Amino acid sequence: MAEFLEFENVHKHYGKVRAVDGVSLSIRRGEFFSLLGPSGCGKTTLLRILAGFERPDQGRVFLDGQDITDLPPHKRKVNTIFQNYALFPHLTVRQNIGFGLKIAGVDRSTIEREVDAMLALIQMEDQAGKYPDQVSGGQKQRVAIARALIKKPDVLLLDEPLAALDLKLRQKMLIELDLIHDEVGITFVYVTHDQGEAMSLSDRIAVMNRGKVEQLGTPTEIYEAPRSSFVAAFIGDTNFFEGTVAEMVGPDYSRLAIDGFPDVVVFNDKQLKTGDLIYLSVRPEKIRISRDRPEQGAHSNVVPAHVEDVVYLGSHTKYWVRVQDYRIAVFQQHNRFLLDEQPIRWGEDVFIRWHADDGFMLERYSESDERLMGTPPEEVGESDNGAERAPTGTDGA
Amino acid sequence: MPDGRRTRGAEWSVTLPSFLWLIVLFVVPSVIVFAIAFKPATPYGGIGAGWTLDTIRSLGNPNYPAIVWRTIWLSVVTTVACLLLSVPMGYTMARAPKRWQNTLLLLVIIPFWTSFLVRIFAWKMLLHPEGALKRSLVALGVAGPDTQLLYNSWAVLLVLVYTELPFAILPIYAAAEKFDFRLIEAARDLGASPFQAFRSVFVPGIRRGIVTAMLVTFIPALGAYVVPDIVGGPSSEMLGNKIAQRTFVDRNLPEASALSALLALAVLLPTFGVLALNRGRNLLAPKSESSP
Repeated sequence: MAEFLEFENVHKHYGKVRAVDGVSLSIRRGEFFSLLGPSGCGKTTLLRILAGFERPDQGRVFLDGQDITDLPPHKRKVNTIFQNYALFPHLTVRQNIGFGLKIAGVDRSTIEREVDAMLALIQMEDQAGKYPDQVSGGQKQRVAIARALIKKPDVLLLDEPLAALDLKLRQKMLIELDLIHDEVGITFVYVTHDQGEAMSLSDRIAVMNRGKVEQLGTPTEIYEAPRSSFVAAFIGDTNFFEGTVAEMVGPDYSRLAIDGFPDVVVFNDKQLKTGDLIYLSVRPEKIRISRDRPEQGAHSNVVPAHVEDVVYLGSHTKYWVRVQDYRIAVFQQHNRFLLDEQPIRWGEDVFIRWHADDGFMLERYSESDERLMGTPPEEVGESDNGAERAPTGTDGA
Repeated sequence: MPDGRRTRGAEWSVTLPSFLWLIVLFVVPSVIVFAIAFKPATPYGGIGAGWTLDTIRSLGNPNYPAIVWRTIWLSVVTTVACLLLSVPMGYTMARAPKRWQNTLLLLVIIPFWTSFLVRIFAWKMLLHPEGALKRSLVALGVAGPDTQLLYNSWAVLLVLVYTELPFAILPIYAAAEKFDFRLIEAARDLGASPFQAFRSVFVPGIRRGIVTAMLVTFIPALGAYVVPDIVGGPSSEMLGNKIAQRTFVDRNLPEASALSALLALAVLLPTFGVLALNRGRNLLAPKSESSP
């Protein structure tokens, strides 16, 4: 219980659905922490347990050394930004922000002063008399932030706060959220299905799937060293190859047998033995593409391939190349533009190359991961039935 | 603007039938009632010629203030009791699982399938000195053998609340069903106890439903005639009974009209007041019941 916020083996079931299935997490004071996963992964349920709207079937939650598992929501020093802001429509912006203090019985002049300070923070002094229906989406969001922060919570919970905004506003609010976090310095717990939001804001991320934490780490760790095929597929793009471990090469590397490929060398950070079935994940930007056969060092892999598609994207080009049954994505950054350079075109025979350390061997993924790999994560978040709908449904929310 | 004129014409053609209906069956009779109040009565129950203020002066009858006062407090208490019962009821119904909601709604409506009169007579039997309710209360020692459950103002109040309650529940449920219950969670999150959240977020959120419920319980209660006539006694007479008595027993139509006019004004003035108040609030908070 050394950490500021602790989930200790938390379980929550709805009928047969295990919404949260044995989650243990430690969140540090002042941290920007994200719970990231597709809908139905249990992230919202975990947030609702932290806010006090759901009681776990098993496990405890500790905040600053105190067991808060059985505390009702209004007795916790935790405040929430709701997905649709849940501003009170019958109250003005000023009254919305002051609501928490008014309920707490704070005297009127103090409320006025605190609300004024909050209005200044969110730069909405001139909108104070308006009702929520009369302000824009981004402003509603800011009012929701001010309404929660005025309570000076130990932890601020954010439940997909940007989901209702359009792309441009989302990017703007992303920066604002980051600034506000820096300014108030309290712990933020951020729930999202959008890996981009999580990556750009978080100090650490817990990637969740089917009620469990798949991986916990900094954005870099999660992206560069995914520990499961789910994480590799959910965070960013990746190429998967199916193969078996053919041979151990020294203490750190393995040689893989993959259909249609020459032998592939890969860094072996797992306890694997010869003959194990594995998946190899290689990120598109880790692969180099060239017309001439590159030199092959001891720890690099060179594979002949055929270009099927070229998509020019300004800052980089995306190639789709074929090796036997695999259609492989390759991103090539444009470092400089040379006039005499002959770009690689559709239909050319090329070589692709990646370093052994850039490939990750992962366990064989399940069927649900397979679905994920076909669709970008953003879309996966929208579809899916999932356990997260269950609590809100029964509550009539 | 030919377009504007055509839509105006279409609007009129749609509105006209109901407008005529209102004129012929509501406005004209009301005007007649108001007019008769200024006519003299004839000894045989007819309406005399000429105009007089005598009937209006008859409103100064020393028996009336007590009856008017009783009518008002019975109606006010009925309205308050209906609200106190129907707001938590509407909340519970709206929070119930969807498949339960329709069942509960049906249960609220089922009494309407039985004639109103039959239900009032059923109450009379229940409250009768030899009735089941009285006997069980005596058996439990709650009521003495001489306690009178029937023919007093309490009986009238009880049956009025019973009669008006479904009319209060329906608009409140309709508003509660549209209420965004995440707002309750938001209030709880900001430190409100369950009751504080209910009072400071749910009740204002269904304000329109409450106003409607107030109107549809207060106005019929004010004009109640059958209920006090059947379960009430001489000490619990309401204005409606007096009007009936003037019409059918005394056969003094002008005096009955004067009383009716008084009642109509008593109903209309608070109604306009509430509506004006509501409209004023709506101007401040347009679409205040919807939430994104």
